[in-house]
Amino acid sequence: MTGLRDGSPGVGASEQPGQARADSAPPGEALLTVTGLTKHFPVMRGIIFRHAVGQVRAVDDVSFSVASGETLGIVGESGCGKTTTARMIVRLIEPTAGQIMFDGHDITHLRQGLMRPLRREIQMIFQDPYSSLNPRHTVGTIVGAPWRLQKVKTEKGTKQSVQELLELVGLNPEHYNRYPHEFSGGQRQRIGIARTLALRPKLIVADEPVSALDVSIQAQVINLLEDLQNELGLTYVIIAHDLSVIRHVCDRVAVMYLGHLVELAGRDDLYARPRHPYTVALLSAVPSPEPVGRTADGRRERRERILLTGDVPSPLDPPPACRFHTRCWKAQDICKTQQPPLVEQAPGHFAACHFPENS
Amino acid sequence: MAGGEGPRKGDGAGGRFARRRARHRSTMELEAHATRERTGEAEPSAMLDIRDLHIHFPTDDGLVKAVDGMSFTLERGRTLGIVGESGSGKSVTSLGILGLYHRGNAQISGKIYLDGEDIVAADQARVRELRGSKMAMIFQDPLSSLHPYYTVGNQIAEAYLIHNKVSRKAARAHAVDLLKRVGIPQAASRVDDYPHQFSGGMRQRAMIAMALSCDPELLIADEPTTALDVTVQAQILDLISDLQQEYGSAVIMITHDLGVVAELADDILVMYAGRMAEYGSGEDTFTHPGHPYTWGLLGSMPRLSRARLERLLSIRGTPPSLINVPAGCPFHPRCDYAARTNGRSETEVPALRPVGPGHLVACHLSTDEQRRIWAERDMVAS
Repeated sequence: MTGLRDGSPGVGASEQPGQARADSAPPGEALLTVTGLTKHFPVMRGIIFRHAVGQVRAVDDVSFSVASGETLGIVGESGCGKTTTARMIVRLIEPTAGQIMFDGHDITHLRQGLMRPLRREIQMIFQDPYSSLNPRHTVGTIVGAPWRLQKVKTEKGTKQSVQELLELVGLNPEHYNRYPHEFSGGQRQRIGIARTLALRPKLIVADEPVSALDVSIQAQVINLLEDLQNELGLTYVIIAHDLSVIRHVCDRVAVMYLGHLVELAGRDDLYARPRHPYTVALLSAVPSPEPVGRTADGRRERRERILLTGDVPSPLDPPPACRFHTRCWKAQDICKTQQPPLVEQAPGHFAACHFPENS
Repeated sequence: MAGGEGPRKGDGAGGRFARRRARHRSTMELEAHATRERTGEAEPSAMLDIRDLHIHFPTDDGLVKAVDGMSFTLERGRTLGIVGESGSGKSVTSLGILGLYHRGNAQISGKIYLDGEDIVAADQARVRELRGSKMAMIFQDPLSSLHPYYTVGNQIAEAYLIHNKVSRKAARAHAVDLLKRVGIPQAASRVDDYPHQFSGGMRQRAMIAMALSCDPELLIADEPTTALDVTVQAQILDLISDLQQEYGSAVIMITHDLGVVAELADDILVMYAGRMAEYGSGEDTFTHPGHPYTWGLLGSMPRLSRARLERLLSIRGTPPSLINVPAGCPFHPRCDYAARTNGRSETEVPALRPVGPGHLVACHLSTDEQRRIWAERDMVAS
């Protein structure tokens, strides 16, 4: 695995709340391995005689692994299947095919009762801090809920442990008895993060953790996530659509398009030498906060940009073979008939394209 | 809302009401002119000239000072980017310019001159005439701003029918033309589609077509690309800038994304807690910003164009509530440099003062100090 964080990701400080747990996979070894993960949602018709009339091919044959202590980013536009992938990893959605290995266990179709103890190890941070917290519960109840549900006894009692968690994520421990509506968006996201940390998970799956927040608050939460990782040795899978945020927080990046994994590489490699044309186009579309030059007649200069035409096709009826060929400027006949496999183009740099860039 | 008005009785054929209104307007203009002469205020020369605009909303919890003393001008063919976080008053400013506030609920003072005509003092009927024809708006969320029961073509033609004496057929042809202009394929058949049949990017294109239907001189875009994907965002930004060159209209671009502003805006206005923090050309604001809040915004954004930083230089704390804006400089509780002002930042509201040609900053730090601190911060960032 490339791009491991250099800080030593030790298991969390012992005075933290939560129960003692077995040591996770040593840093650098795969904690999560996903092979051939596929999810097709049937499209149903009929009121009495329900029958499938089609399939939304949300995720198709996605494989990757995440090393212990590293951060994997998944980027793509809306409808590319990144959220479905995240939800399958935490077993909120049942995969159609494929295998999910977590810490040496096959959890793909684990029954609920057997899955429950593993839920302590995998937690999720949700996108919208307004809808992911119960408005009728106090912060203390919300953050303490994982212990209650998992029937875990905390060393110092729930209240003190919750307050320690609140302090850990930068909230005032005195706010234990307040309700979510009394907090701002950024503070709510911190409450969500505190709840996630209650059971001291090994893997945290964060689905767009900062996209609902203001710029200045976004930076605070990103810094918090990084601090927590260094302090507690967490492993992250972060889903986002913002390529600059992904570059900042991730060690390795996976790019998805219409349910396919099109590129997977170390962060620096991917941003410096993207191989897949879709990644190239995505990167060139990001507006950058640098002043643009002027032409001789005083007009603003326009940045060189690869403009993709049209919209992402519907996943109900995705284009055959390479799904990007309808919008690709390099597409040839072979792209319409043969699906390019995800191959290693350079050490640790995988891309699924017949005519990769920068090679 | 511009799209939601029905045609009014007495419009068009009669003309009696129109004449009376015009007479009323000319007297009002004369009066306004006389007041300006009395008070020694300068004639508005720019197309859009806003002077000391305040928009306050009395609520049960207290007075919400959404906009508190804004002044700026905008010429035809120029783009102004208004940047700020949620609750900084940027959207209220734009709604104020369009006259989209409830006169019973909002307390508005100051002047908004559009081509020399004060919109704040103008009567509702006149603002309604201007809205849609001379000034138009592109809203943030195209799905909730398009009516689901009417076809896209219908909604685009509506404003054109209200402001011009044309037949329905001509208005429909105009709608098809506009859809072609904003790059919708098969415009002639898509004109009869309902909004749900359009994708997100196409809906935003339809919104732009609606705003352009009467060839407005002032176009206000409120977070036009926030709901869109990056590749579609790039398409829409290019479209807005192409159309601006073609129509020569003035554009106000409201956004929280400094990247979007850098791509499009000639001038940038940074707002904080309803006040202007910084105003200057795009060049000035990005290469040597003077306000600590602007520094914080730039430091908070991970940038692809620069080397990756180990940590983002975030701003501490959260934006203040507009009911309870901190005394003195509204930014001082979050400012790292407030201590350097000898307590002035806690008691005295900093005035907007020039730090360079056309570059205004509302900060107690001296210009030299601003330059020095920014140079240090910029070194760290690059």
